Amino acid sequence: MPAQVLAWAGVGIVAATSTGILLAREWRWHLGLMAAQYLGAAVLASGHWPLGMAAALLVTGWMTIAALGMTLTALPSQIDPTERSWPQGRAFRLFMAGMIFVLAAGLTGRGQSSVAGIGAPAVAGSVLLAGIGFLQLGTSSQITRIIFGLLTVLAGFEVFYAAVEGSILVAGMLSVVILGLGLVGAYLLNASFPEDAA
Amino acid sequence: MSAPALWIAVPLVVGAMALLLSTERAAALVGGLTCLTLALIALVVPIDAALLFGPFSLKIGSTASLLGRSLVIPASEAPLLAMLFGLGAMWFFGAEAAGVAHRLVPVGMMITGLLIASLAVQPFLYAALLIEMAALAAVPLLAPQGKAPGRAVVKFLTYQTLGMPCILLAGWLLAGVETSPGDLVLTIQATVMLSLGFAFLLAIFPLGDWIPGLMEESHPYVTGFVLWLLPNTILVFGLSFLDSYAWLRASPEIVSGLRSLGLIMLVSGGIWSALERNLGRMMGHAAVAETGLIFLATSLATANGSDTIFPFFIPRGLGMALWALSLAVVHRENAALDFSTLKRIGSTHPWAGAGLVLASLSAAGFPLLAGFPPRIDVWNGLAHVSGSSALWFLLGLTGLMIGAVRQLALVVGASSEMPTFPQEDVLQRGMLAAGMLALVVLGLYPRAASFLIVRLPLMFEHLAR
Repeated sequence: MPAQVLAWAGVGIVAATSTGILLAREWRWHLGLMAAQYLGAAVLASGHWPLGMAAALLVTGWMTIAALGMTLTALPSQIDPTERSWPQGRAFRLFMAGMIFVLAAGLTGRGQSSVAGIGAPAVAGSVLLAGIGFLQLGTSSQITRIIFGLLTVLAGFEVFYAAVEGSILVAGMLSVVILGLGLVGAYLLNASFPEDAA
Repeated sequence: MSAPALWIAVPLVVGAMALLLSTERAAALVGGLTCLTLALIALVVPIDAALLFGPFSLKIGSTASLLGRSLVIPASEAPLLAMLFGLGAMWFFGAEAAGVAHRLVPVGMMITGLLIASLAVQPFLYAALLIEMAALAAVPLLAPQGKAPGRAVVKFLTYQTLGMPCILLAGWLLAGVETSPGDLVLTIQATVMLSLGFAFLLAIFPLGDWIPGLMEESHPYVTGFVLWLLPNTILVFGLSFLDSYAWLRASPEIVSGLRSLGLIMLVSGGIWSALERNLGRMMGHAAVAETGLIFLATSLATANGSDTIFPFFIPRGLGMALWALSLAVVHRENAALDFSTLKRIGSTHPWAGAGLVLASLSAAGFPLLAGFPPRIDVWNGLAHVSGSSALWFLLGLTGLMIGAVRQLALVVGASSEMPTFPQEDVLQRGMLAAGMLALVVLGLYPRAASFLIVRLPLMFEHLAR
C-alpha cells in the first residue's frame, strides 16, 4: 500500500510539474519544474526498476537540467519573434493540459489491463508526461521549449518502458540519450546566439 | 580481437583522436585511411575463422559482451562493413576538397562507429537507441557554432528523437505478437508503432520536409554525409524487422503499404525536384526520392524474394558523395546555391557543374550511369506487379530528370561575355573527376561491384534470398 501511495504521489508530481512547465514563461521556472518532474518520473520508475536504476534516471535528468541551466544562465535573455504566432494564452494551454488529463484518465484503465503488472500510476504518469511533452513540441518553436518537450516525452516513455524492460544496458543507453539531448540542446542554444551578443 | 572492437571501437577512438588534428589534410587522411583499412580488413580477413601467417594465426571473433548484452558482427555482415567503410573512406577523402574535413571526420567517424554498433547490438531492437545517439552526434555537424540553427536541424533532432521510443515500443509489442500470433489488436498496434517509428527516422512522407531544408541551411557536404549514412543504416535496421518477423513479410498490407509509400516519396521528390530553384534543396528532394526507390525495391523483395534492394546502396553512396562535393565546391563562393545566383557556374566551376549534372542524371536513372541498372530492375519488377505503379514510377523519375536537365541548362547556359578561369583547385578537380568516373564505370559495368552486392543478402535469413 505505501508503494501505491508513493506511486500516486509520483503521478501528482509529474502532473503538477508538466502542467507548470506548459504554463510558465520564465526559463528559471522551467528548470526547477523539470528537475522536480524527474523526481516524479524516478519515483514512478522505482516501482518497476531497482532503486539504483531509478536513481540513475533521476541523476541523469538533473545533470541534463544542470547543463541546460548553465547554458541559459550564460546567455542574454531574448524572446524568439516567431513565438508570437503560436497559441500563447494560459487559458488555452490549461485547456489543452486538461485534455491530456482526460486522456490519461481514460487510458489508465485500459493500459493497466493490457500490460500485465504495470500498474495504474505508471500508465497515468507516462501518458501525462508524453502528452504534455507533445503539447510543448506542438505549441512552440523555441529551442528551449522543444528540448524540454523532448525530455518530457522521453521521461514519459521511460516511466512506461521501465515497467516492461529491466535491462541495465537499455537503462544506461537511455540515460546517455537523455544526457546527450541535454548537451545538444545546450549546444543549439549557444549556437543560436552570436558570440558578441553573449 | 573481436569484430565489434575492430569495427565499432576503432572508429570511435580514431574519431575522438581526430579532434586533436590541426589541419584539414591530416583529418581527411586519417579518416579516409582508417575507413579504407577497415573496409579492406572486412573484405580480406574472415570473421570467426583463423587466418594463418606462417607460425602465427589471426582470428577475429564475432562477439563482444557489453553490460550483459552482446554486440555481434557475424561473417555475413562483412560485405556490409566493407561497403559502408569503403564509401565512408570516399566521403572522408573528399572532405578536404569540400573544405570540411576538420569538422566532418571526427564526428563522422564516431557516427559511423555508433551506426555499426546499432547493426551489431543484440537484441537488435536496441539499435534504435544507438541510432538516436548517432543522430544526436550529428547535430553539431549540421548546426555549426556561430550560426543560428535553422528549423530543419531542430526538426531533424525532434523526429529522430521521437522515432526511438516508437521503435522500442514496437519491439516490445512485436514480442507480444510472437507469443500470441492470433491477437489482431496487438498486431495492428505493433504495426502502427513500427510504421510511426520508421516514418520519423526515415523522414517518410509527409515528415520529410526537413531533408531539403537541411540541405539549404547546413553545409551541403556534411548534410550529404548524414543523409547518406543515417538512412542507409536505418533501412538495413528496418530490413532486420522484415527478416525477423514472418507475419510482417507475409502481410500483403505491408507489401502494398511499402509500395505506396515508395511511390509517394518518389513522385513527390521528383515533382519538387523539377520545380525547385535551389540546388541544395534539389539534392534533398532527390534523397527523399531515393529512399522511396529503396522502399519500392523492398516491397518487391518482400513479395517475391528478388534482390533489388542492395544494388541501390553503392550507386546511392557514390552519387550523393559526388553531388554533395560538387555543391560544396560551388558553396565556397556562392553560399545561397540559388539558381538565380549561379548563372555563371559553367564558366567559374565547370568540374563541379559537370559533377552536379552527372550525379543528378544518375539519380534520375539516366542510362549508362550507376543509378540506371537498379532502377530498371525495380521498374521491371513493378511492371509485373502493377502497371499503374510502373507509370507512377516513371513519373517520379521524369521529375528527377527534369531537375537534372534544369541543372544542365544552368551549367551550359553561362554567358560567355566575360571569360573566366575555372576556380576549382587540383584536389577538387581530382576528387570530382574520380567521382564522375566511378559513376560512369559503375553504369557501364554494373557487375563491377557484384563481388559485394551478391553477398549482402546473406545478412538476412529470409529476405531477398
